[in-house]
Amino acid sequence: MPAIAIEASGLTKWFGADETKTFAVRDFSFEAYFGEMLFIVGPSGSGKTTLLSMISGILRPNSGSVKIENLEIWSLSTNAIADFRLRKVGFVFQDYHLFPRLTTVENVAIPLILQGRNWDEAIEEGRKNLEVVGLKNRADLPPVKLSGGEQQRVAIARAIVSRPDILIFDEPTASLDGDTGRSIVAFVRDNILNDKRCIILVTHDDRILSFADRTLYMQDGRITSIEQAKAHEK
Amino acid sequence: MKWLTHLKWLNAAKTPMFGILRIAYKLLVNDRAKFMALLVGIIFAVFLMVQMTSMFSGIMARASATVVNIGAKVWVMDRSVNTVANTIPLPDYTLDEVRSIPGVKYAVPLYSGGALLKLHSGDYQAVNIVGLDDSSLVGRPHLVSGNIQDIFAENAFIAIEDSEFRKLENPKIGTDFELNDHRGVIVGIAHVASSGLFGVPTLYTTYNRALQYIPNSRFTISYLLVEPKSPQDVANIKKQVAAAGYLALSQEEFMQKISNFYVYQTGMGTNMLLMTAISFIVGLSISGQTFYTFILENLEKFGALKAIGAKSHELVMMILFQATFVSIIGYGLGVGLCALTIWLSKLYLPDYAAIIIYRNLWIALGMVVIIAGISSYFGVRRVLRIEPFDIFRG
Repeated sequence: MPAIAIEASGLTKWFGADETKTFAVRDFSFEAYFGEMLFIVGPSGSGKTTLLSMISGILRPNSGSVKIENLEIWSLSTNAIADFRLRKVGFVFQDYHLFPRLTTVENVAIPLILQGRNWDEAIEEGRKNLEVVGLKNRADLPPVKLSGGEQQRVAIARAIVSRPDILIFDEPTASLDGDTGRSIVAFVRDNILNDKRCIILVTHDDRILSFADRTLYMQDGRITSIEQAKAHEK
Repeated sequence: MKWLTHLKWLNAAKTPMFGILRIAYKLLVNDRAKFMALLVGIIFAVFLMVQMTSMFSGIMARASATVVNIGAKVWVMDRSVNTVANTIPLPDYTLDEVRSIPGVKYAVPLYSGGALLKLHSGDYQAVNIVGLDDSSLVGRPHLVSGNIQDIFAENAFIAIEDSEFRKLENPKIGTDFELNDHRGVIVGIAHVASSGLFGVPTLYTTYNRALQYIPNSRFTISYLLVEPKSPQDVANIKKQVAAAGYLALSQEEFMQKISNFYVYQTGMGTNMLLMTAISFIVGLSISGQTFYTFILENLEKFGALKAIGAKSHELVMMILFQATFVSIIGYGLGVGLCALTIWLSKLYLPDYAAIIIYRNLWIALGMVVIIAGISSYFGVRRVLRIEPFDIFRG
């Protein structure tokens, strides 16, 4: 039995108050395991992003708890949560959010620089991680010179550069064509996922669901079903 | 711009904040269009502010030229005197009255007034005549040619070699001219610390010759120059002179009085203040707007940094660093450009009065700090408000 990476219990989040009060996530509980690639799938407005934000230490829930490696993250101070995200969680955003005025390798090195690593060491580590995602020869180019798929790989390199235990992917294929999207997720599954890492991926792209170990289906802020991947699909 | 991207001290730094500041630095200078726009805004504002205040300082310095050049410690004058040029003659007995005040080491009369010369070429030229006390020559200028004793020779005048000297047709020792049908002869060429404000040459002679050559009213003493026995005696001298119905001022006080007159009673101060304020507003508008746009363009990236784990104070430091960096560079270039302009102007326009003094530089620096502060304030507000959650929501 793999170790539990994330344990979310009774997570509830609403926005607004009184008549405008809207529940984004209601009493949501689940566990994610190391070595697992967990997909969260649902239509727009189903609460996927809100859930992702709460389990990654970005959005404080109204009730419920999130334990990562047995640490209740929402008991931490704001700065401690920021530190926690910096060291334990890697993010890959839908629009990549790379700085166009920095080189590719500088973008990758940002988490290490934020951790206080020496600039040259961080850049060197960034180059190694670009090599992992197959973009070593693009290191000194600005991100705008890269294709969408390459930029997504740079974002992945940035997410893994600090060797986080948890990787959060927010709609990673939304800005990519079908083939590129599939190849990116396949690359992540084959090269980034390992026994000491848990990957949570939010998507509504049906074409990549076959890469999940488990898929949580959401609607109106609740789990509607959990689907375990068949062995042949992995 | 390549050289800017390789600051060794940032590279070598091991403190976490230095790495973050280096990111901020690269984000700023690598966006060349905005960086240049920011720089131009600051340079333009600093240039105008320093230029305006320097012109004002130059004019003020020249307005007090006679006070500076004569260099007396205490000046006695009529209470209604506003500037050194607008003298109100004092009765002759005031000289004895002032000399009798305890604490006065000596007191001598000074003549200062305008006259019209007929030059050797036949042209007329307005001049300022300074008549020094015959017995002491207190306030005499530094001669670069000729002998000071020659000032006692018949018709003798000393010409001041300043930016107006050429208007006397570049006289030499022995050059003569006419002054109210009297013959005058240049017996010496001298230098003084400051040229006058009104663009007329200056001639020095003795007090008595000045009275002899220039038609005068009943009273003839323009100022009394007083040397106190000690600095502690100045207060008593001022008190005694005031009791006699006149005004005694130290050199600094007299200069301040002249400055106050031009600032508050001629509209010059208001105009300069307005121009400086407009320069400030122009600089603030250009730089503030550009910097704010720069922040807005990077707002999502700052949000992404927050999501990754950057703390709010680190993002604030990034913005403050960017604002400070561009301000310092802009300030330096603006001051340099202004200094170059004044230097070039003085090469071709000797009368150009602008001088850069430390106070002007501090004023401009203060205004640049305000520009940087206001510019970064709005940027900081936006960055602090952006939530990482907003980045996920897109």
